[in-house]
Amino acid sequence: MDYVDPHIHMVSRTTDDYETLAKMGCVAVSEPAFWAGFDRGTVDSFRDYFRQLTDTEPKRAAQYGIQHYTWLCINAKEAENVSLSREVIAMIPEFLDKPNVLGIGEIGLNKNTKNESTIFLEHVELAVKYQQQILIHTPHLEDKYQGTRMILDMLCHDSRIERQRVMVDHVEEHTIGPVLEAGFWAGMTLYPITKCTPQRAADMIEKYGPERLMANSAGDWGPSKPTAIPDLIFELRRRGHPEAAIRRVVYDNPQQFFSQSKSYHFAPRA
Amino acid sequence: MPRTATEILSQEFLLTRAKILEVAAFYDRLGQFPDGAPSPQQLELLSAACRILTDDQSDKAARVQLLFSREFNPQWRDEFGI
Repeated sequence: MDYVDPHIHMVSRTTDDYETLAKMGCVAVSEPAFWAGFDRGTVDSFRDYFRQLTDTEPKRAAQYGIQHYTWLCINAKEAENVSLSREVIAMIPEFLDKPNVLGIGEIGLNKNTKNESTIFLEHVELAVKYQQQILIHTPHLEDKYQGTRMILDMLCHDSRIERQRVMVDHVEEHTIGPVLEAGFWAGMTLYPITKCTPQRAADMIEKYGPERLMANSAGDWGPSKPTAIPDLIFELRRRGHPEAAIRRVVYDNPQQFFSQSKSYHFAPRA
Repeated sequence: MPRTATEILSQEFLLTRAKILEVAAFYDRLGQFPDGAPSPQQLELLSAACRILTDDQSDKAARVQLLFSREFNPQWRDEFGI
């Protein structure tokens, strides 16, 4: 089955992974800007990273017939450095007209601090100013519930936010309900140990239905599996879900969400 | 196309049995040390989570998640001054 991975960090993956993804049916990926495993020291580090996301990765993906899209920001972990964050936010507009940029992301919270919240709100201002879609990272483990509620609080207090143009990612059983009820898109990340298994994602699809729901691998430099979406497809098939219902979550929904961005020009497989 | 309870049990019995054995073996490993667990708070959290598994309430996954979660303070913006 053709599918789209709406959240995968391909800069951390080998070219062999692109080939494997293509063989498994992946036709497009979207890659949010994230933490590199260390805190970067200057705005030029981010400028180079954004060049990688908007120039290098699309070419690498295209070799295997995969369309590559991206989102730009300084991630929540590095947002503790407020002055650097403000330099990066001021630089992001240099890249917003690149042909594969879908919006601002993955912004969010990490340890739910004042600095992270401040920079989150400044990213939202940037997105509103440039009419960009938003992709949101929610925190890990014991911080997820509190951080997700704080993020929803900030978004729902801003009447300029078009909720159907925002995806709140890494939802789990205790956060998916509030995200969907507030009118946002929700992303389930299939990531071993710290997030969600294909089986639990299938449970959430069965409980909440496919409306405004997507799944992703978040494949990155940590323990993760870039082919996690085919695992979900397999689990849903095993449970007897019809192909059209599975396709809605892994293919149609990402198309519907991304197509709200002026840069999304997906070409289906011929 | 929801599966029946009978189908779920039939398909997932062995998998669940294996997961329960992993948890049991974890407690056995901890029990090898007569001084007890280094973090009683963590052990109590795990015990509370195990109790959720066998109680008669629904939404067990969400309730276990909340058990392991920090609380949300609706007044957080006042606290941060933003």
